[in-house]
Amino acid sequence: MNKDIIEIRWHGRGGQGAITAAKIVANAAFVSGYGGVVMAPTFGTERRGAPVLTSLKISKQKIYDLSPITEPDMVVVLDHLIVKEVDVASGLKPGGLIVINSPKHPDDYNFEGMKVATADITSIASESGLPPGVVNTGIIGAFAKASDLIDIDTLARAIENEFKGKHPQRNAEAARITFDNTIVGG
Amino acid sequence: MHIIESGNVAAANGVKLAKVQVIAAYPITPQTPLTEKLSEFVDAGEMDAQYIPVESEHSALSVCIAASSTGSRVFTATSANGLLYMNEQLHWAAGARLPIVMCVVNRGIGAPWTVWNDHQDAVSQRDTGWIQIYCCDHQQIIDTVLKAFYLAETVNVPVMVCYDGYILSHTYMPFEIPAQADVDKFLPPFKPDYALNPGQPANLNTVTLPDIRPDVRGNMAPGYMEIRHNLHTDMRDAIAVVADIDKKFAEVFGRNGNPYIEEYKCDDAEFVAICMGSLSYHLRDVVDILRKEGIPVGVMGLRLYRPFPDQAVRDALSARKGIIVFEKALSYGNQGALYADIKSALYCAENKPAVHNYILGLGGREIKTDHLVECLRNSCKQPKTIGDTPQWIGLKL
Repeated sequence: MNKDIIEIRWHGRGGQGAITAAKIVANAAFVSGYGGVVMAPTFGTERRGAPVLTSLKISKQKIYDLSPITEPDMVVVLDHLIVKEVDVASGLKPGGLIVINSPKHPDDYNFEGMKVATADITSIASESGLPPGVVNTGIIGAFAKASDLIDIDTLARAIENEFKGKHPQRNAEAARITFDNTIVGG
Repeated sequence: MHIIESGNVAAANGVKLAKVQVIAAYPITPQTPLTEKLSEFVDAGEMDAQYIPVESEHSALSVCIAASSTGSRVFTATSANGLLYMNEQLHWAAGARLPIVMCVVNRGIGAPWTVWNDHQDAVSQRDTGWIQIYCCDHQQIIDTVLKAFYLAETVNVPVMVCYDGYILSHTYMPFEIPAQADVDKFLPPFKPDYALNPGQPANLNTVTLPDIRPDVRGNMAPGYMEIRHNLHTDMRDAIAVVADIDKKFAEVFGRNGNPYIEEYKCDDAEFVAICMGSLSYHLRDVVDILRKEGIPVGVMGLRLYRPFPDQAVRDALSARKGIIVFEKALSYGNQGALYADIKSALYCAENKPAVHNYILGLGGREIKTDHLVECLRNSCKQPKTIGDTPQWIGLKL
């Protein structure tokens, strides 16, 4: 509705940490001067492994409309297999950005009129010394590179704050390595 | 300090800052993360409180009633059918004049089951003698919890702090956590007029005869009807107390100032939308859209629902052309409960605006901005009262 609001929809699986990833980005956005930040998980009964959604709205001003995102500017996908199960581009604005954790190249995807970015975060995460399957910090690096919305250093600090006592440096490093290895398509 | 967290965590932080001494609660969606957070605070030693897990909501409030009777500051929280299961004890807590504070994380009630948001739970408990305050965002949640203890302990009436399930409880947004030193400056420790004490055993709230009679000390004691009358007049007097406390809060924290109604673009508004909870903030965007079309409309969020601030409502609404009441609750077979209250408040006004009633969002039915725009625009174009039957938004028959 409001052009001053950047709307980002996060697709993950229950238990994968999409909500935590969106919360970290929300914190980093707030620190970067976006006074209006609203993050709303799908309102439902989530199950581990099932596809889940999280809405993140970012604005310089306070956000009053808390309703779910229907026409996102960006979509972030934590597991490339979700693309086969869910229409992740649903409602995405023309020219919108899709960031996918995927071993494939952006050109391997055919999202008409959209910009695609990919990074093989599942591999990168284990390089960073994280347990297998931890991808929600790596995806933040891919998001940072592809969206150019929030500074990677600010995001890395937000990751370290969120993961106090749970490998903060390794998680931040996963984001930085992913940032350097994200392929942004045309 | 600002943090980005959920509405439930905002409420839990308010309870912690209020230095609550006893918490008894039973988990129910979407309230659960609030009580989980409180049990974490207690377990980590961040709160010097007794957390009493119970087997039901009826027991939760019973424990709160007992603890409050001994002079402790107590808190509980629930939603939907959990609130209904407390119903008997709700009346008891109010009748016993215990200053309990409870968060009601608003959810539709079963049957059929729903876990999603509407206001039927709290609105259906309107006449239990509890004060009810509705919140629009996380800052209001944490601030209102603090003010609620002050209010409850000043007027000896329990307070429900109501906020929308999921829409606020599970949504993350920035809010400021007040400093403990400032909270201590604002909220004095609870000093009860009377507290149960094993050294001085007493019976409380025993059978009261229809007429007044001397008590055990030979003093004339009020009968049941006097006790009810006093609850009512103290509730009416609480309207002014709410404003006093809001002013005191603003002096310490530098925010608030709208104890009864929060207005947006209402100064020159010929039409006013009014509702409770987060929807009033959503309607701000709707008002902005209609203002661009040249429609002189504003929106008011009603914060205090019981006691009903009828004079403030009359002052705010009587000079308008049309009032549009949006409600997430319904008095079945009649109309929206808030609509009836607002029409009643306007009955003795000199200028009576047209009043429209919309029911929406029941059981979490999505509230779309374009639907709100269309309905509000239509109502502004037909400023006539069109009967008391409410219209429904988003209904798919």
